[in-house]
Amino acid sequence: MDLGAGTDGTVSAIAPPSAASSSLSLRGIRKRFGSAKALDGADLQVRAGTLHTLLGENGAGKTTLMRLAFGMLRPDAGTIALDGIDRRWRSSADAVAAGVGMVHQHFLLVPAMTVAENVALGDRGFFRGFEPRGAAERVRRIGEQTGLALDPAARAGDLPVGAQQRLEIVKALARDVRLLILDEPTAVLSPRESQELYAWLRAFVRRGRTVVLITHKVREALAVADDMTVLRQGRTVLSAQVSGLSEDTVVRALLGEPAGEDAAEPRPANTTGGPVLFLERGTVIDARGVTRLREASLEVRAGEIVGIAGVEGAGQHELLRVLAGRLVPSAGTVRLPKRIGFVPEDRLRDALILEMTLVENLALKEAASARGVMRWREYSTRTSVTMRDHDVRGSGVMSLASALSGGNQQKFVLARELEGTPEALVAENPTRGLDIRATAQVLSRLRAACRSGVALVVYSSDLDEVLSIADRMLVCFEGRLIPVARDAEAVARAMVGLS
Amino acid sequence: MSLSGFLFAALVRSTPLILLGLAVALAFRANLLNIGAEGQLLAGASAAVAVGLACSSWPGAALVPAELIAGAVAGAAWAGIAAVLKQRFGVLEVISTLMLNFVAQNLVSYLVRGPMQEPTHVYPQTVALTNAARLPVLVPGQRLHLGFVLAVVLAVALWWMLRSTATGFRVRAVGDGAAAAASAGRVRVSRVVFGVFLASGALAGLGGGVEASGVTYALYEGISPGYGYTAIAVALLARLNPLLVILTGIFFGALEAGAAAMQRDAGVPAVLVTVIEAIVILGVLAAGHARTIAAARTQPSAFAPTTEHA
Repeated sequence: MDLGAGTDGTVSAIAPPSAASSSLSLRGIRKRFGSAKALDGADLQVRAGTLHTLLGENGAGKTTLMRLAFGMLRPDAGTIALDGIDRRWRSSADAVAAGVGMVHQHFLLVPAMTVAENVALGDRGFFRGFEPRGAAERVRRIGEQTGLALDPAARAGDLPVGAQQRLEIVKALARDVRLLILDEPTAVLSPRESQELYAWLRAFVRRGRTVVLITHKVREALAVADDMTVLRQGRTVLSAQVSGLSEDTVVRALLGEPAGEDAAEPRPANTTGGPVLFLERGTVIDARGVTRLREASLEVRAGEIVGIAGVEGAGQHELLRVLAGRLVPSAGTVRLPKRIGFVPEDRLRDALILEMTLVENLALKEAASARGVMRWREYSTRTSVTMRDHDVRGSGVMSLASALSGGNQQKFVLARELEGTPEALVAENPTRGLDIRATAQVLSRLRAACRSGVALVVYSSDLDEVLSIADRMLVCFEGRLIPVARDAEAVARAMVGLS
Repeated sequence: MSLSGFLFAALVRSTPLILLGLAVALAFRANLLNIGAEGQLLAGASAAVAVGLACSSWPGAALVPAELIAGAVAGAAWAGIAAVLKQRFGVLEVISTLMLNFVAQNLVSYLVRGPMQEPTHVYPQTVALTNAARLPVLVPGQRLHLGFVLAVVLAVALWWMLRSTATGFRVRAVGDGAAAAASAGRVRVSRVVFGVFLASGALAGLGGGVEASGVTYALYEGISPGYGYTAIAVALLARLNPLLVILTGIFFGALEAGAAAMQRDAGVPAVLVTVIEAIVILGVLAAGHARTIAAARTQPSAFAPTTEHA
């Protein structure tokens, strides 16, 4: 099928799902925030009794569209219809009353309250309605009916992430929801939990309910959904049943052009000289006296990428900080170069100062060594050059770091750490939360840095990603550092302690 | 009171408010909630008077600077107690600095009834400083003294320091994002915080020294009518900008200088000024809150979702 017809890449070759049996119908939706157009005439037709996925890159408008459907925001233009009736939600309470539920990417739970209290919290009425005891009964009943079992008396804050998400769904089900919207639900889940969630959603749909699932994972969307809508820059560019779609078609709709394909580019092993990063029998004991890293030894040479894998809390967090010179080990020998770039996982907390300008955030890397008067003009030039070289899109070097989108913040951090060619770079989940295109860009930046002689250490919780980029692999397991073959199965086994 | 008389009185009153406002603003910029400027002022005033009395034979050109330096050092030392408590034992500075205010108050009471009391032992105060130990007056016949110029100069210097120097940048970085300053900037956060604590205390202590050598010329219990607390309002109203502290300091100074005259001439209770001050603070806080809400409304947060997870 030929999809390249329209210059803007709009795909119309496939008949959209009929609107007649539509549960949720959004037409011509426009929404702007200040000067930014979030939605620019987006359409979405969700058939009743189906699982519909909404795909798009970061910033394509997926979440905004669903917040409009859920009454959290009001559209500037366009119509929202539910079950064939035009709706004008005054607030999300109206949407809830009409049988719409939404599970947000960031959970809206009161951590100090019990499961039952969290469920009761959404009930209407000031005194009437808040009945944790009745809610406990409801939680149990929903658990029996749907298999989403939860202990009503457990504190929400104590639940693991997967169970917190179950609680969010149960909250929606307690309101008798017929249309359930989930915003990137699998982002916080392990692969197994994701599979369980998808299985449950399929069963939910079989009972005649409707689900809209926001995601940017193409493969999962194709595997699990009935229909699919793809947004790009606030517009609907693809709307079809998944049975007629190929992965390639969807990716092209998402990106508007073929994805850059430099992943397969062969790289000559140009590792030369002595180790740039050197760690011998490094041990880290935290403030509570727990040994986080046990006698880890590692050498990284210029021009090689060492990949690190490990399950949560296996010691990689500490290892990376030791290698980046951000943490002094309790025991062991470290030899590090002067200039080490570090891309931490939590960039909003550890890499950027959101209330400072981009110039100041660039200067931050030299904050400790700077003396006397800051040469702001020089930093300003360096910032604009760096942003141009790394394709960081923002409204100028004097804008605040908080004004950048998530993907651009991540790009900015990497750009800053690579600026001036450091001798080594340590990156922790460098593509976390990025869409396909931004991920490809970040990976190609890392490869380019490696080619120019930087010693790299990359940790990623995405195993395929770290395998694709690493020259050799090490696995953290219970604080120990184990060299393994560059092979998915070997790494996966080592991560859980099998050899 | 003539208008020029009132203006001079306002500037005299604003001098300690500016210096202490700078102390508070500097600390708050580093996210250090030093609310102990009052105690640091008392420590500074005590030390300045002690030096002024002990070295009364010195010439004024040496004695006055010595008093001011003693005041700054004593203020820094007083803040240093809270700084050590914070860094060694994790005591919140909000609590320790507040409590040290009461300690300082009682310490002054002890000094002016004990070791430093005037020789007749009638009044709870020290003897007056000699003329050589007093800050020079700017305009003959008025009480406005050199301390006001010093306060303005320091405000400009602090503004420039925060904006343009590496040290100032580190202070702001620690205040706006300590974790990022430590991780991305490799700044030793605890050292910066310690330094800010001492500098803030020094400014407040200097305020005490200036007040003692420029206005009261002696140490007694009521030497500060709560300058350290008003200074918090001064700093907040200036949105922690040292240049604006000059203006807000003068504003509050004028309010307080006019209070007594208002009561005397118009029969309006002087405490009304306190009410006005409180309303101004509430207004500033509410305006800040409104700005935050407005920013949250216009920001395309839904359009560009962050991807951090709990």
